Amino acid sequence: MDTILFLAHTEEDGTLGKPALEALGAAVELNQALKGTLVAALYGATAQPAADAIANCGASRFLAVAGEDFASARYATDAAACEALLRAAQATIVITAATSRSSRVMAGVTRRVGGCVDTHVTAIAAGSGSVTVTRWFYRQRIEASLTRTQRPWVLLLDPGAHSPWQGASGSVTPELIAVPVTESMRRTTVRGMITPPADQQTIRPDAKLLFVAGAGWTKKQKDGQTHVPEAETLIVDFLHKSKASLGSSKSLVELTGENQSALRFMSHLNQVGQTGATPRHPKGLSTCCHGEEPHTVGWRFIGERRAINLDPNCGWARGKADVLYVADAFEVMGKVNALLLPS
Amino acid sequence: MTNPYHVVVCASVVPDPLQTLEPITGPSGPALKNEMMLPAILDPWASHALYEGANLVKHIAGSKLWLVSMAPKAKLQQVMMTVAQKVPLQLVAVDGPSSGFADAHQTATALAAAIRGIVGIDLSRLLLFGGWESASRSAGVTLQLIGEELGIVDQFQGVDAITPQEDGSFEVLERVEGARHQVSLCAGPPAVLGWATGNLGEPRNDPQVGMANMRTIMPALQRATVAAISADGLQYSNVATPKQQRQTRIVKDLPAEDIAREIVQWIKQE
Repeated sequence: MDTILFLAHTEEDGTLGKPALEALGAAVELNQALKGTLVAALYGATAQPAADAIANCGASRFLAVAGEDFASARYATDAAACEALLRAAQATIVITAATSRSSRVMAGVTRRVGGCVDTHVTAIAAGSGSVTVTRWFYRQRIEASLTRTQRPWVLLLDPGAHSPWQGASGSVTPELIAVPVTESMRRTTVRGMITPPADQQTIRPDAKLLFVAGAGWTKKQKDGQTHVPEAETLIVDFLHKSKASLGSSKSLVELTGENQSALRFMSHLNQVGQTGATPRHPKGLSTCCHGEEPHTVGWRFIGERRAINLDPNCGWARGKADVLYVADAFEVMGKVNALLLPS
Repeated sequence: MTNPYHVVVCASVVPDPLQTLEPITGPSGPALKNEMMLPAILDPWASHALYEGANLVKHIAGSKLWLVSMAPKAKLQQVMMTVAQKVPLQLVAVDGPSSGFADAHQTATALAAAIRGIVGIDLSRLLLFGGWESASRSAGVTLQLIGEELGIVDQFQGVDAITPQEDGSFEVLERVEGARHQVSLCAGPPAVLGWATGNLGEPRNDPQVGMANMRTIMPALQRATVAAISADGLQYSNVATPKQQRQTRIVKDLPAEDIAREIVQWIKQE
């Protein structure tokens, strides 16, 4: 019989983030399909609020590694905590969310326990007693299902790939697992976060809309001139009013890096596509984007898609968008901003 | 700065992103159609790691840089013709598959063995660089596995900057959720850094650097050890490109006001 381990780090306030609850949803579902044993394991500064929140998830055991040494996302201590939890649970399958914190350590942990790992998992299915996972290869260009015989098998589920677990909170006291922290594990000190100012925060993972700006915004317009300051104003105004997340093509981001006339708020962090992110949002609106497959993979996981482009044959949009507006994005976005009420 | 680094950059070879990829079933599992014929490049994120590593070595006296790459030898030679012109490097070649479907665990074991075998390397000075994910397997696990094999417990992923300090420590910026960077201070090497884009542009081709590199690259290719990667309990099914093709409604000759109204209505729909 399989032992399914749901493994998660807690947030600063001791609760679980949405990606962790999605991983729990997948773990509960897999456990039901395999008729196995579910174990929940948590690590972080404190684990009690998270344990109480998922007390009714059906886990037969609740394990935790807690303490100030485990508050920060540091490889040495996180890996030691996860290793101890995996060993204590004697799990055959481990499901955790592909957050930056768990993605940093889980492959290393897997090697310590003699298991195997698959990341960016988008689906987990059980049939005839075997487990199959689905993930993308070649940067979201080829999708494959795979199975492994080696155990423990650690699966990192991509955020947004499963519905979050929902259930009533309760009260449970997790078994605390002691993890000795040596001085060599404290060679790295996490000093904090650099966060963009609120008015310059353009990446919003939970936004309903992804707004993709292409290099066309910085090119000469019909009057033969570039209008970069106007483009900046239009885009910032739209992001402010719509609360959309901002994505960009590689070419536009690289213009910024080369100090050419480009949008000042754009960085590599905004880049979507072959060498950027593939965010998940219910809707996407692309403007002034050009390009074929390498760029379009950037909105592989966008639900409804619309595009504004002067080129009716634009590869970004044809066959990949639901609606292509053949129009001047400067003109249209100005009107859109006028219609949107300030939020 | 008195503490030189031994920088090892692990970089795979991937198909040029402009190529259309079509999966097929080969004798040892899934593969790409005409894989050996597809033009290849050095993995994009690993390339950033190479440029950052070369820059670090240039500014810290006594530091050294090795590029460790596993790929079919002929493919690696083709890619090196371009890469060699970018920065001074010493190649350590491993003759093995560069396919995205090859198992990362065995790949990591082969690469760790190649790193241990580098003549003159001091593993206590090691900064193990690479891309935080490849453009082939896109898993972000190989570097971690190599790091563990080499006993390195200071690891960073999604790195955009490393700043050496006077005391031998270094500050690292890692990408985390919400467009933020986590700032960490590491006491010193050894460490693993999986790079995102960093801050450096692609260096211009320098034929002189290319000629100097090629003197050591060709012998390195001839010395390449062969790595056999087996499936080892990994089985694929349903390997396919997405078939989803949308019926795009093309809206032409509609006034901007009407388009804007339609877009706003669409945005506001739940």
